[in-house]
Amino acid sequence: MSEIHAGHIEARDLSIDLGNGRENFRAIERVSFNIASGEFICLLGPSGCGKSTLLGALAGHIPLAAGCLTLDGKAIRGPSSERGLVFQQHTLFPWKKVVDNVAFGLKMKGVVADERRARANELLKLVGLSGFENKYPVSLSGGMQQRVEIARVLINQPRVLLMDEPFGALDAQTRWVMQQLLLQVWASIRTTVVFVTHDIDEAIFLADRVLVMSHCPGRIREEIVIPARRPRGEEWVTSDDFIHLKRYCLDLMRDEHQLGHGAKNESELALQFAGAFI
Amino acid sequence: MNLARGSEATAVSASADTTATEKTVSGKRWRISPCRLMVRLISLMLFVSFWQFAAEHHLNLGLMTFQSIPAPSEVLPALWNLLQSPKVGNHVGNSLYRVFAGFFSATLAGILLGLMIGRSRLAADLLQPPLEMLRPIPGVAWIPLAILMFPSSELSMIFITFMGALFPILLNTIHGVGGIDARLTATARSLGAGRLRLFAEVILPGAAPSIVTGLSIGMGTSWFCLVTAEMIAGQYGIGYYTWESYNLQRYADIVVGMLLIGVFGMGSSVLVRKLGDLLIPWYQIRGARRHE
Repeated sequence: MSEIHAGHIEARDLSIDLGNGRENFRAIERVSFNIASGEFICLLGPSGCGKSTLLGALAGHIPLAAGCLTLDGKAIRGPSSERGLVFQQHTLFPWKKVVDNVAFGLKMKGVVADERRARANELLKLVGLSGFENKYPVSLSGGMQQRVEIARVLINQPRVLLMDEPFGALDAQTRWVMQQLLLQVWASIRTTVVFVTHDIDEAIFLADRVLVMSHCPGRIREEIVIPARRPRGEEWVTSDDFIHLKRYCLDLMRDEHQLGHGAKNESELALQFAGAFI
Repeated sequence: MNLARGSEATAVSASADTTATEKTVSGKRWRISPCRLMVRLISLMLFVSFWQFAAEHHLNLGLMTFQSIPAPSEVLPALWNLLQSPKVGNHVGNSLYRVFAGFFSATLAGILLGLMIGRSRLAADLLQPPLEMLRPIPGVAWIPLAILMFPSSELSMIFITFMGALFPILLNTIHGVGGIDARLTATARSLGAGRLRLFAEVILPGAAPSIVTGLSIGMGTSWFCLVTAEMIAGQYGIGYYTWESYNLQRYADIVVGMLLIGVFGMGSSVLVRKLGDLLIPWYQIRGARRHE
């Protein structure tokens, strides 16, 4: 598992347009950033700020209007198993059993059934889901489904893990469990992570660096380095530093909220666009 | 805020969120209470008794009359007679052959065209206009043209059952393909699925529940079309038998023919449904959960 080569990402003057014809608008305007190999980045911002769109571009599902976006120096063109993508919910294949969902990436690579199931079982163990291999996703709870999602994406040993509010639909308790699980998994599989969220606590708990976005059109407004040591746990989220950072982010987001004016549901639009594209 | 709590949750395991769903998986079977079963049986008996009474007394209701209608007491012996005669195999066999030949070719064509139209804009623009033109024409309306188009009456009848089944299957396939969540295809692509694998792994299974619905509707309409076609163009077949009985004034046999049509029509639809359900086991679990 540890032989994953984590990728580094570079974005230069990146712009993205969404919507067709007359509804066309600029979702992302001249954004530049670097993400180092093995770094955990959170994109934080209010809904409609373009963070999901940016993630869609990293995944290769949304084309750029201008600028360049590279992974390990190579331009990103179209989706690839090097860049694993996890959505908020309901993207497991409902017709495949849990183990076959997880093994999907290996099946696409032509790995034989026995071997891919064995590796899928290893990953299911890693995310704490041993014993559920032969269930269908519909009979799992939301939190368990997200565990399967994570296992499914990790089996491809992606250079980058792209997560679009993966825990957004979970209740607070389960979300906290999942956030810790993710860090625990990430400690053993050290890949680069880009994690989209609008939850300030989540961002500060997880990330090495938080990129705070502003909207209309989407820009990166501020970069916040999270200095806390790992492994992180409750002591971190109850520390003074955490509260301090949180207050700072709240102020940023409040400004942003006052600036914002009824943005469209951006991730839905991004999806429509992706749908037309795939 | 949520982060401040949760001291017991540090040991990361699935146990916290498993319990809620375990119960729902083992769905309970539906049972009809004996009381309701009785009511249903009584209703059926009342219906048959009324029929017997009306036919026996040649009831005349003004708008309709039971003057020449055979009573159940005549139909049962007629059914027994037919079942014992060697003709029955010939009639039923011919009808089944025509229905399944038409239905299977409609299945192939409907699913193939539906997948193409549902996935590709070019295919939709190329194929849909003529299909949309033909769609409102019921299968039965094809009978005269079908007789002109095909040298053998056998083929023309198969064609008519084909036309009857095609559109329900086609439309449900298109609908099923259209209903696939864009995030599912996006996910599959990000997991390394190429365009062809996407079809086999995501599009076809994703559309499968809708396709199965189309197949069972299509089976119904193809029987409907076949019976009519046999009445006009057939030799042998249950529809032909029913119409022949009318011409020969064997009125009890008309009802026997109708009963056979009902039994085999329903039987084939149930068969299609059951076979289809075997292909989509995951959908059954979901259905069971929704009903609870």
